[in-house]
Amino acid sequence: MEIDIVPVEGELNVGPQHPGSGHMRIYVKLNGDIIEDAELDVGYVHRAVEKLSENRNYMHLIPLVERPAILDSIHMNLGYVMAVEKIIATDVPERAQYLRSFAAEVNRIASHLYGLGILGIFLGHSTAFMWGFGDREVWVTILEALTGARVTNSYIIPGGVRRDISPAIMEMTKKAIDYTRRKLEDWRKIFFYNPTIRARLENVGVMTKEKAIEWGAVGPNLRASGVPFDVRKDEPYAAYSSLDFEIPVYKEGDGLARGLVRLDEMEQSMRILEQIMKDLPEGNILSDRFFKQIPPIRLKKYWEGQHRIVLPGYYASFRPPKGEASSRVEAARGELFYYLVSDGSPKPFRLRMITPSYRMIYAFKQLLKGSRFADLVSVYGSFDYFPPEADR
Amino acid sequence: MTNLNDLMKEIQASKIQVKMESQNRLGITVEKEKLREVASILKSKGLDHVISVTGMDYAEESRFEVVYHLSSYSDKDLTSAIVALRTSTKYEDPQIPSLYSVYESAWTGERETYEMLGIFFEGNPDMRRMFLPEDFEGVYPLRKSFKIKLEGVFVDKPV
Repeated sequence: MEIDIVPVEGELNVGPQHPGSGHMRIYVKLNGDIIEDAELDVGYVHRAVEKLSENRNYMHLIPLVERPAILDSIHMNLGYVMAVEKIIATDVPERAQYLRSFAAEVNRIASHLYGLGILGIFLGHSTAFMWGFGDREVWVTILEALTGARVTNSYIIPGGVRRDISPAIMEMTKKAIDYTRRKLEDWRKIFFYNPTIRARLENVGVMTKEKAIEWGAVGPNLRASGVPFDVRKDEPYAAYSSLDFEIPVYKEGDGLARGLVRLDEMEQSMRILEQIMKDLPEGNILSDRFFKQIPPIRLKKYWEGQHRIVLPGYYASFRPPKGEASSRVEAARGELFYYLVSDGSPKPFRLRMITPSYRMIYAFKQLLKGSRFADLVSVYGSFDYFPPEADR
Repeated sequence: MTNLNDLMKEIQASKIQVKMESQNRLGITVEKEKLREVASILKSKGLDHVISVTGMDYAEESRFEVVYHLSSYSDKDLTSAIVALRTSTKYEDPQIPSLYSVYESAWTGERETYEMLGIFFEGNPDMRRMFLPEDFEGVYPLRKSFKIKLEGVFVDKPV
């Protein structure tokens, strides 16, 4: 039987309350079921962090800047603090550097599991969704034990970190690594080797290497297109220069590659965690410059008793010298960039915050052109795009 | 294959003022008329994408500054470097040539800078609002003249 397909043109709104769009409206122009043009209407969760930063002290900004990416707050925190450290020229003790890497990698695993879970539910694979959120819980609990908060940890402060790690947390981490290693095998078997999932992801939303560079893609999406760029290797921060790990790179650039890069990255993160727990140097977790300012009585109670830092008075409203600093970290979704301009007052003159999802807006928009409407969710899910992070 | 020092010398050879700001950071300040030309030179040297576009409002001098941060994916020796390309414009003439024709990745940043500061980028095809609601009242939230109402809980006494 022959069926005549009548080409139909039209426009369609996806979201902002569509289960497959998050806090975003995607406006697509269709020809049949081919997307001819796509417009991302972002801004539904815009919180104006950049404007607010002109009215807050440097320390008061820490809880604010880590809000945009709730599930990646350690990285947001780390990038901002690194910029502040550059502007006030502070050293950071070795142990604190290792602890920063530790927290960052735990957060990376948690964030990737979230991303894979979301990819699963977009493709109608609800088991993956449950698994992603369940497995993530293990890592979030470690963060909770280490920092005192499940998300929005405010763990990293200029000159060091707020709390020390304990043997109990290390034990928890070892168990979590064992568990997640087993689970990742299941992820591969049941999710990525699943014919339905393969059909939805393979050769879908292919981003070539040249296009990825031109559009300025970041993070796992960039590495899935064959560009071996990772800030941890290219401009090492925290303890990454002394840690041994690899950067997974795929050359296909399709949805499947983007998922597999994240799966491989989790494996590498666990390798990093094991090394950190083995080589963690002894010493202080806060720069001496600030440590000396803590009154002895508080030091005895909190540092010697609970291995916690109480914030010294310097932090209340310090005035950094005039100048500017830029810092970048490899957050779970990609390169995160901070640009801080100080005019000598206790508040930043200008804080520019470029998050990975923000930089993916253009790539996402371009990539949707020419793909099928049913593939919109595959592309979206495999991008691990997180609207609040793009909006800030 | 060039490292940052070589890059600096090469750019200086084309009579552009360059400053090494710290390790891995290079700063270039140009007139806005020369912006696109300098950006093309930088692109040919291997800096292939824009990380960020920042607009700043210097209200006392009544001028805007726009900073493009450029970096490289393809040149292994330049991946650790960030080049800040600066230009400024007066309040009376808030227009800057867009770098969209040179760097496609500048699209998002330029669009946001336009809506937040009111700097028009000539040549960018999408000079529309992006983050703010369509019926947003008042002008350009990132200008210093736009004051936010503060609650007095954590905020220091007004100076």
